[in-house]
Amino acid sequence: MSELYHLTLSEAREKLLDREISASELTAACLGRIERSEPEIRACLTVMAEQAVQTAAELDRRGPDPERPLWGLPLGLKDLYCTKGVRTTAASRMLENYVPAYDAHVVSKLKEAGAVLMCKTNLDEFAMGSSTEFSAFGLTRNPWDQSKIPGGSSGGAAASVAAYQTPGGLGTDTGGSIRQPAALCGCVGLKPTYGRVSRYGILAFASSLDQAGPLARRVRDVAWLLKVMAGPDDRDNTCSTRPAEDYPSAAPGKLKGLRLGLPQELWEARLDPDVAEVVKKAFAALEAAGAVLIPMAMPNLRYSVAAYYILATAEASTNLARFDGLRYGRRSEKPRDLTELYTASRSEALGPEVQRRILLGTFALSAGYYDAYYQQAARVRRLIRDDYFQALDRCDFLLAPVSSLPAWDFGRFAHDPVTVYQLDLMTLPVNLAGLPALSLPAGLGPRSGLPVGLQLIGRPFDEMNLLGAGLAFEEAFPPLL
Amino acid sequence: MSDLEAVIGLEIHCQLKTATKLFCSCQARSGDEPNSHICEVCSGQPGALPRLNGRALWLAAKAGLALGCQVQEVSIFSRKNYFYPDLPAGFQTSQLDPPVCLGGALSIGPEDDPLLIRLNRIHLEDDAGKCVHDEARGQTLVDLNRAGTPLIEIVTEPDLRSSAQTAEFLKKLHALLVHLEVTEGRLEEGEFRCDVNISLRPRGAAWFGTRCEIKNLNSFRHAAQAVAYEAVRQESLLAQGLEVSQETRLFDPVRQETRSLRSKEEAHDYRYFPQPDLPPVLISGEMLEKIRAEMPEPPEKVKARLKGLGLTDEQAERLLDRRRAAEYFDAARLALEEPKRLATLMVELLLPACQRAGLDPPDCRLAPRDLAALARLMADNTLSRRAAYEIFPELFEKGGDPAAVAAARGLLQVSDSGAIEALAAEAIAAHPEEAEKYRQGQEKILSFFVGQVMKKSRGAANPKLAGEVLAGLLNQ
Repeated sequence: MSELYHLTLSEAREKLLDREISASELTAACLGRIERSEPEIRACLTVMAEQAVQTAAELDRRGPDPERPLWGLPLGLKDLYCTKGVRTTAASRMLENYVPAYDAHVVSKLKEAGAVLMCKTNLDEFAMGSSTEFSAFGLTRNPWDQSKIPGGSSGGAAASVAAYQTPGGLGTDTGGSIRQPAALCGCVGLKPTYGRVSRYGILAFASSLDQAGPLARRVRDVAWLLKVMAGPDDRDNTCSTRPAEDYPSAAPGKLKGLRLGLPQELWEARLDPDVAEVVKKAFAALEAAGAVLIPMAMPNLRYSVAAYYILATAEASTNLARFDGLRYGRRSEKPRDLTELYTASRSEALGPEVQRRILLGTFALSAGYYDAYYQQAARVRRLIRDDYFQALDRCDFLLAPVSSLPAWDFGRFAHDPVTVYQLDLMTLPVNLAGLPALSLPAGLGPRSGLPVGLQLIGRPFDEMNLLGAGLAFEEAFPPLL
Repeated sequence: MSDLEAVIGLEIHCQLKTATKLFCSCQARSGDEPNSHICEVCSGQPGALPRLNGRALWLAAKAGLALGCQVQEVSIFSRKNYFYPDLPAGFQTSQLDPPVCLGGALSIGPEDDPLLIRLNRIHLEDDAGKCVHDEARGQTLVDLNRAGTPLIEIVTEPDLRSSAQTAEFLKKLHALLVHLEVTEGRLEEGEFRCDVNISLRPRGAAWFGTRCEIKNLNSFRHAAQAVAYEAVRQESLLAQGLEVSQETRLFDPVRQETRSLRSKEEAHDYRYFPQPDLPPVLISGEMLEKIRAEMPEPPEKVKARLKGLGLTDEQAERLLDRRRAAEYFDAARLALEEPKRLATLMVELLLPACQRAGLDPPDCRLAPRDLAALARLMADNTLSRRAAYEIFPELFEKGGDPAAVAAARGLLQVSDSGAIEALAAEAIAAHPEEAEKYRQGQEKILSFFVGQVMKKSRGAANPKLAGEVLAGLLNQ
């Protein structure tokens, strides 16, 4: 483990500031790692090698700057973040050659903070999926076992971090898209509170659920990334005006006396034996350390998958209306009329899962169905939120599985989209409630040898304490990477 | 139409007078190079998000207050989904429930017997871009400069009964919103346009017939003509025992008729739902107080005030019709306590000139105090009416002190009795026979001498004064 690319983000950060290593050296090491691992892992859709080398050289010329929290750190971006002048595809044929004219708010903040942007990572098309298999540009493999999926939709981001291509990366989480791939690849992943991070310039899937967040190999690392990502942005009216906090200064919490609520509706779901085994050990370890585990009934969680797939697809159906083949993106050749221009361009360029969700969402919003579906789902969402708030009144954090399965084989659910939707039960209620959640590695499954994760769910805008608790967990459950 | 009456409701789209668009900071102005005022937000680029222009909300609330609406503390933006090339995001951001204002009314007709036209609501929304059809090349081009421009849509209850009422209502609403500076209201730019819903029913019935909607009428005259045509068309259908089918129609001003655009079955399902990118819109009591404080005098009050100053009904209306004319008038009046003459100058000279130049009176080069000075020169006979009209175009074009301009052109009337006396004496000396005739009682000959003095002064002498001076000299 002597290679530079093995350094965690926090370790690399200190060495960079101490001038022990240069930004160019670290960038070169990571680029080399990308070059060697990509043929197998295929986490990246675009590698910005030339640009990264230039940025690093420029940073080195000026010297380390402690005022820039991510100075010299190589990072990956899920290919859903607009990057000025760099192709941004959302893993869709529709945007195969789309080059944004502007940077997402978060991307500008990373640049200001001195980060070196390395690659645009793979995802399920428009972030719709749980395995990254719906990317129009090919599979990403799980670095732990290349016959397995890396999770999704931020599968490229998680695989890239787990393959040591970069010390950290950015994903987005609409129903678990950061937490689940982080768990399946043995990373740490944070879904911040809705409104904690600006969504400006991130391709929208479901606007009221989408939230950008970091993935890395340590809790402190995601804290550094969040420090830069979080905070107000007047270009996103749903972004909170609360200033960001100094998350890396979060003090490790104490497991002794920590009250952890266990949502019964999730724990009673059928867990894969490997997952169950790791969890059992984890519970024992937590109790041994003095944590108090409190089973909690959250009855409305059982409706969360249904409610989520109505709300998320309804929003998605209109968010994706702009991909009409007119102003940018793929346009069908020689359509006979305007209607055919729309239908052919969209049918040719959008993948099966995206089309499925657009149809579902369009249906849910249609005249005569709106009350029965969208309105009803919106009411269920409020009940789920109430369940969470009541539960969080009775404990410090909620503790839940991230995925009922460890990373699975490619193609396993290819003909069974509904089962895959149901796998999201562990993660998506948190998005419905807008709460922050931290996905942490809990150990390796004894049979599969694959990572299993747990998530801590906190109160709105309480990322500081959530990260503190994460640090305590990290001591109890050693990092896998 | 003896036994049937038309039932008419309007949806008026009015462009708000803001510097920037509703959801981004692009300039809200039309007429420039196509696609020169666009950004990632108003051109529907991936990832871009809307941010509400507070000024637009302010103006919508202001219109609501002036129209007696209940301005809503909380209103919600919704997405109205449909595909069209001029709609970059694939949805319009509008308001469904609740909109920014509910209720309200505007009265038309004589002051002593007004007809109250109730409003249903006012909501905020963004405009679409424009498709330009290039027939020669068989192409359709899209200009997104207008995309994202802020509009309010004012929806009336079906309280109008005729084309005349429709036109009167639209004119009055337009004048009010222009007066409030809620809109520039340029009809030719489509800044104030309406859709008309019309149906027929037996006079006095309490139910509604099947209605048609006539889209996109951008002049008062066209609205009235469309209503008139449509009433006749529907009546003749009913007279033949046929049914009116619910549909959307377009008015063709050249052929003076409406034509079917799409039937009820072809109507869009807009799939409205709350716009998740925009939180609920809040209007505080404090904000409403501030808006009330900046509210100008309502037009009826301005009109009453102007008439109180001695202006005729027509003059007062002309000043109210032209945007910001009353403001100019009031500024000019500060420099001159003779409102009637000022009003005449404005109605006869300034307003037509502004109309031609496409300027609001306060924006023209001729300052209010200089127009007041012009009126004063006329009042004290220093400048003849003819001379005033002669120098006006130059004053309007370049501005400046009217006395100086008139003097430079030698048009000032000489009211200096010494100078006139010298000219008068000269004239009498040159025409001893005529002078004798005058003295013998032919007083009409005085006008001959006035003419001589005017000639010698090259028209600059004040003729009344010249007459007095001449009479004095001749009678000596």
